[in-house]
Amino acid sequence: MADAPLRVLVVDDEAPARRRLRELLDDCSAVLPIAIVGEAANGREALDVLQAVAADLVLTDIRMPDMDGIELARHLLKLPQPPVLIFTTAFHEHALQAFDVNAVDYLMKPVRMQRLLAALQKVPRLKPLTATRLDQLPSTARRFLSVTERSRVVLVPVEDVVYLKAELKYITIRTVQREYLLEESLTRLEEEFGPRFVRVHRNCLVARDFIRGFERRVGDEGDAHWEVLLRDVAESLPVSRRQQFVVREIGRENQ
Amino acid sequence: MHAASDMRPIIRHNSASLALPDFRNLGTILRILLVVNLMAAVAALVREAHWDRVASAGFELAAAVEPQLLAVLAILYAVSPRLSRLPYATGAAVVAAITVVAGIVVFVLIDPLVPQPPGALLRQLILALLVCMALLGYFHLRAKALSPAITEARLQALQARIRPHFLFNSINAVLSLIRREPARAEEALEDLADLFRVLMRDNRDLAPLADEVQLCRQYLALEQLRLGERLQVEWHLQSMPADALVPPLVLQPLLENAVYHGIEPLTSAGVVSINIFYKGGELHAILRNPYRVDGGKHHAGNKMALANVRERLALHFDAEGVLESRVKADAYEVHVRMPYRTAGSAAGSATGRQPGPSRAVGGNGGAHHRSTIRVDVGKTEVFRG
Repeated sequence: MADAPLRVLVVDDEAPARRRLRELLDDCSAVLPIAIVGEAANGREALDVLQAVAADLVLTDIRMPDMDGIELARHLLKLPQPPVLIFTTAFHEHALQAFDVNAVDYLMKPVRMQRLLAALQKVPRLKPLTATRLDQLPSTARRFLSVTERSRVVLVPVEDVVYLKAELKYITIRTVQREYLLEESLTRLEEEFGPRFVRVHRNCLVARDFIRGFERRVGDEGDAHWEVLLRDVAESLPVSRRQQFVVREIGRENQ
Repeated sequence: MHAASDMRPIIRHNSASLALPDFRNLGTILRILLVVNLMAAVAALVREAHWDRVASAGFELAAAVEPQLLAVLAILYAVSPRLSRLPYATGAAVVAAITVVAGIVVFVLIDPLVPQPPGALLRQLILALLVCMALLGYFHLRAKALSPAITEARLQALQARIRPHFLFNSINAVLSLIRREPARAEEALEDLADLFRVLMRDNRDLAPLADEVQLCRQYLALEQLRLGERLQVEWHLQSMPADALVPPLVLQPLLENAVYHGIEPLTSAGVVSINIFYKGGELHAILRNPYRVDGGKHHAGNKMALANVRERLALHFDAEGVLESRVKADAYEVHVRMPYRTAGSAAGSATGRQPGPSRAVGGNGGAHHRSTIRVDVGKTEVFRG
């Protein structure tokens, strides 16, 4: 067991930075058995790699295109066995101020071999980052929602989401193609994505971009209410009495 | 290349040395016109008791003042380069003398047409002199108020111009080269040294455009080291007047922005294009980079760099230095305009507003002294003058 090498994934959008980390890991491997299981140029690629090969440790840059390191950390939590994650960053980022400098949570680039080795040696005793811990980071809105399906992490781009609807324990994510089940709070999602979605009902957020219009419906008992008509989806959603003002608000914007 | 040391931009002041304003600057001229006409309006307001007569009195006064004012401005425009070489006190005295002489000449010309009351000349001259002194005082105070801003701008240059990210990422990239490609690592460190040499020196004087372009090339080479194929650069310098003088680091921060906001957020390759040319007495630089709507994540930093460059343009050229930015389809574009200055013109030669290079190409006989200039900017390129 002691001989099993530490499996490491290197994530950075700059090729020279990845190469440098590889060199340093090579240097460390004289002391500690290490296996580099792969490289990725952004969070999304990293997640793809991790679906195929297991890793004990992910060394990731923070600022990357497509999916940054912090968002990667959030999605990693949904893997059946989340790896330990250490951020590598060129400068003391605002985002990391919530972390203790002496913790192993991040390394400064350029990374010193000794510092890296010390971090690697602690990995077996470390636990993956927790969601609570990540919530301390003042991150920007995610670009993807992630759901677990048959122990795989599936990414749903936020711009594809037509609506989010809370149902019992789960939230249904509706895209033009299909539905997904997400285990998060609707209020938190509303806070995170702000103006992208409109709350039309206590249990429902609709993407502004997918609102085609509104229609007045009269029920069997003569009570009338508004329904949101959606683009590319043959469904409509009821607007609650409390949220009726959005009909006028959006109607005005679309004029 | 070291022309910068012997020229003097319009608002360069050590606390010890004073300078007259640049009377050829549009901003200066507008300020003078505005102040004098405002004074006429105030005088009318004071003199007339009734509102309906204030306006007509104002126009009357302005009309009376205008001929002399315009004459003085025209003379100052003509002699401005010579004035700027005089010590401040002498220069101020000459300006006062010009005001008096112009006043007398205008009076003599106008008197036969519109007979003036006796003693009017003396009264007018005293008034003109007072206004002239007030204006000189105003420009003096303005220059004083602005000069700490230059020092400030320089300090800002040291602190905020280069993103710390860039420095540390570049060093990291150089480290990655040392074992396998030591020669490239050496070159990169040399570029880095040059870049920081410029960043850390006194950047208050205008410097040749060719130097700025060279610096930008070195900067972009370092970025390409990190970003590889992701950063594509297009230069359009065919009609660049390489001898133009520009505020140092006027383009580099804009390129840094272009890379940070335009290239780094892309997973695929993106193009940064730089187009520098001369047109209508002005030097233009247009920088373009890919633009992606992204919730305005990095907006604040972008605005800071633009504001910094804009402020320095204003300090050097007043209203004639302009920076505009706009989004064009999927590209972000920054357009910088400034007066075309060369070491010769700025030192105050009589040909201060010489016709620029494009007019020479336009074919007015080719008598112009600058037909072709060779400049060493990276690869040697030939610029038609």
